[in-house]
Amino acid sequence: MMFVASGGIAVADGSGDPTAVKQNESGEWSDKEGNPTYKVSDGSVDWYTYSGYRRYHSECHVCHGPDGMGSTYAPALKDSLKTMSYADFLGVVASGRKNISTAQENVMPAFGDNPNVACYMDDLYVYLRARANDAWGRARPPKHEDKTQAYTAAEDACMGNKK
Amino acid sequence: MRKVLLATYLGSAAVLAVGSASANDELNKMSQNPKDWVMPAGDYANSRYSKLNQINAQNVGKLQVAWTFSTGVLRGHEGGPLIIGNVMYVHTPFPNKVYALDLSNENKIIWSYEPKQDPNVIPVMCCDTVNRGLAFSDGKIFLHQADDMLVALDAKTGKQVWAAKNGDPTKGQTGTSAPLVVKDKVLVGTSGGEFGVQCSMTAYDVKDGKQVWKAYSEGPDDQILFDDKTTALGKPVGKDSSLKTWQGDQWKIGGGCTWGWVSYDPTLDLIYYGSGNPSTWNPKQRPGDNKWSMTVFARNPDTGLAKWVYQMTPHDEWDYDGVNEMILSDQSINGQARKLLTHFDRNGLAYTMDRATGELLVAEKYDPKVNWTSGVDMDKNSPTYGRPKVLDAASTEKGGEDHNTKGICPAALGTKDEQPAAYSPDTQLFYVPTNHVCMDYEPFKVSYTAGQPYVGATLSMYPPQGETNMGNFIAWDGKTGKIVWSNKEQFSVWSGALATAGGVVFYGTLEGYLKAVDAKTGKELYKFKTPSGIIGNVTTYENNGKQYVAVLSGVGGWAGIGLAAGLTDPTAGLGAVGGYAALSNYTALGGTLTVFSLPN
Repeated sequence: MMFVASGGIAVADGSGDPTAVKQNESGEWSDKEGNPTYKVSDGSVDWYTYSGYRRYHSECHVCHGPDGMGSTYAPALKDSLKTMSYADFLGVVASGRKNISTAQENVMPAFGDNPNVACYMDDLYVYLRARANDAWGRARPPKHEDKTQAYTAAEDACMGNKK
Repeated sequence: MRKVLLATYLGSAAVLAVGSASANDELNKMSQNPKDWVMPAGDYANSRYSKLNQINAQNVGKLQVAWTFSTGVLRGHEGGPLIIGNVMYVHTPFPNKVYALDLSNENKIIWSYEPKQDPNVIPVMCCDTVNRGLAFSDGKIFLHQADDMLVALDAKTGKQVWAAKNGDPTKGQTGTSAPLVVKDKVLVGTSGGEFGVQCSMTAYDVKDGKQVWKAYSEGPDDQILFDDKTTALGKPVGKDSSLKTWQGDQWKIGGGCTWGWVSYDPTLDLIYYGSGNPSTWNPKQRPGDNKWSMTVFARNPDTGLAKWVYQMTPHDEWDYDGVNEMILSDQSINGQARKLLTHFDRNGLAYTMDRATGELLVAEKYDPKVNWTSGVDMDKNSPTYGRPKVLDAASTEKGGEDHNTKGICPAALGTKDEQPAAYSPDTQLFYVPTNHVCMDYEPFKVSYTAGQPYVGATLSMYPPQGETNMGNFIAWDGKTGKIVWSNKEQFSVWSGALATAGGVVFYGTLEGYLKAVDAKTGKELYKFKTPSGIIGNVTTYENNGKQYVAVLSGVGGWAGIGLAAGLTDPTAGLGAVGGYAALSNYTALGGTLTVFSLPN
């Protein structure tokens, strides 16, 4: 932990340096540690950031607020991801969490069995990682990379869509 | 002599039966005593009007805080307390505490009740863990818990008398609505439109909690309780009126939830309520009119049988739930005395109907910015009579899946949500808390998993172009369908209004103000900032010769989601942070009851 503070890394979040170094055939970018990450250039975003924006504003925003900003009863995920790692993110989304005390009753459901969320974990992570690093603001991405054939095939398989 | 004989010989069963009939008359009578507030909206007509006039337009400016009470709960506080004699009953959001306060003895807590509920119900409640209030009858307080249990508490002791399981929270069925007692039955709706629940209205016996009838919003006729006499706009709806409008068995996960308010006309012996959005929010995925989602129902309270129905938004494309309250009034239209039902729908249209027959008399926009429709076809001879004309530019069905339809007004919040309007027979005007918000809406394919969200649309919300106020508080003439006056509010007005014989109308704001305005002109006469944003409903009562006005503050609910962080202008592009006011700059969480009166 200490070396992060003294190491002089310009940008870092719960998974380290978010700089995109590699893109796979689905169109997903990864950082040097192999964690999924965003790629934003000239107001255009990668497919995962765009897809994550859409999925977030369907499945997550009713509790976590618009643009990952939080609500009166659920945390702002744009802040959570500043310290939460990719692995922890996957764990919480899949299994849920409870934070119950005399002062609050915050409960996040388990989404592992919900294909509308489970099939888009990386999309959600990449979008929120972009939000956490201020690489993307409070807006719908107007331009994005195309959806690849590999992505579509994986999505259909996961969602059980018939072709 | 005869009376004595009857009482002596008929035994205890008959005495009980007689007792129950008089208890029901008693409730109706109690609701006419302006000193009390015995049901969620004050009376069966849902008018939220009080005959009390000690506080009036001349002196309301001198109002001051008489006493306050912290509920100990942080989440969004909707609804308002009941007042019966010297006791006030206060409810809270999850964990659904109930307090009985002694108004004759320093507002001390007589009893409190807190159910044990599985906290796993919290995340299956769309849009915060709100509760809209209690019902009273037969010496019992009725509470509709988050976990969809209906419980009856002894009004004197707070001890549970019975409990009935209305639905299964693991399937997304939850309780947020206030029950209504009609005769010997207590009526409750269901929440879960974002979880693919087949929603219903259910009647339980006030004595023992036994289910008497259950009427679903969609499904076969024996589930929706329709018969050959059930009409829509004057014509019988015929067999399988719901099934015919769904693809396959999609009705089984069809939504049509019933989490709003119920009203009752004792003379016509009909109850009235509305049903919510069809599930999912992706219209492409559920072809057909999706009846009877988005519908006004008139049912017999004893059998549940539907007398008439009217579907306001066939094949919803925007999440315009039809659950808002039905306000019953008696007014003259074109010189003819009519028994009216007035309803301010989420879809931005205010409907005035004949509540005996279900005839549609007026359907007009109550926010001029409403742009998804050019209006309702009022031509009785037209094949589309009673249907709204949907404009292509705002149709998410036309736009289709994965297409972002922009600039739709109102937003999914509706021009008004559950926050109930008030009606004053003195001015013959309705006082309506409204939202002034538009949206972009992009539907896409989703799959259904029991107990999981079933939404299927991405949306973003913002005020109408060129405007910064996200709410209005308006006075509405239901006879003509016109706005009489309109006050701008910075945020959506998410608090139920109260009109009084003192010529004053009260409402709360999301910043936390309790406001009093002149009923005739809308002129602001008084405001006071309570500890948190107000999404509760304003109530009035009299105790020991003094009139009080009470309101729950405690920001949250759907308003607490969209507005907490502030809305952005989608056209401003990247980096537009805080384009509009953020509620979090004005108020923070916390449930408090604030009670006002005039100085001694």
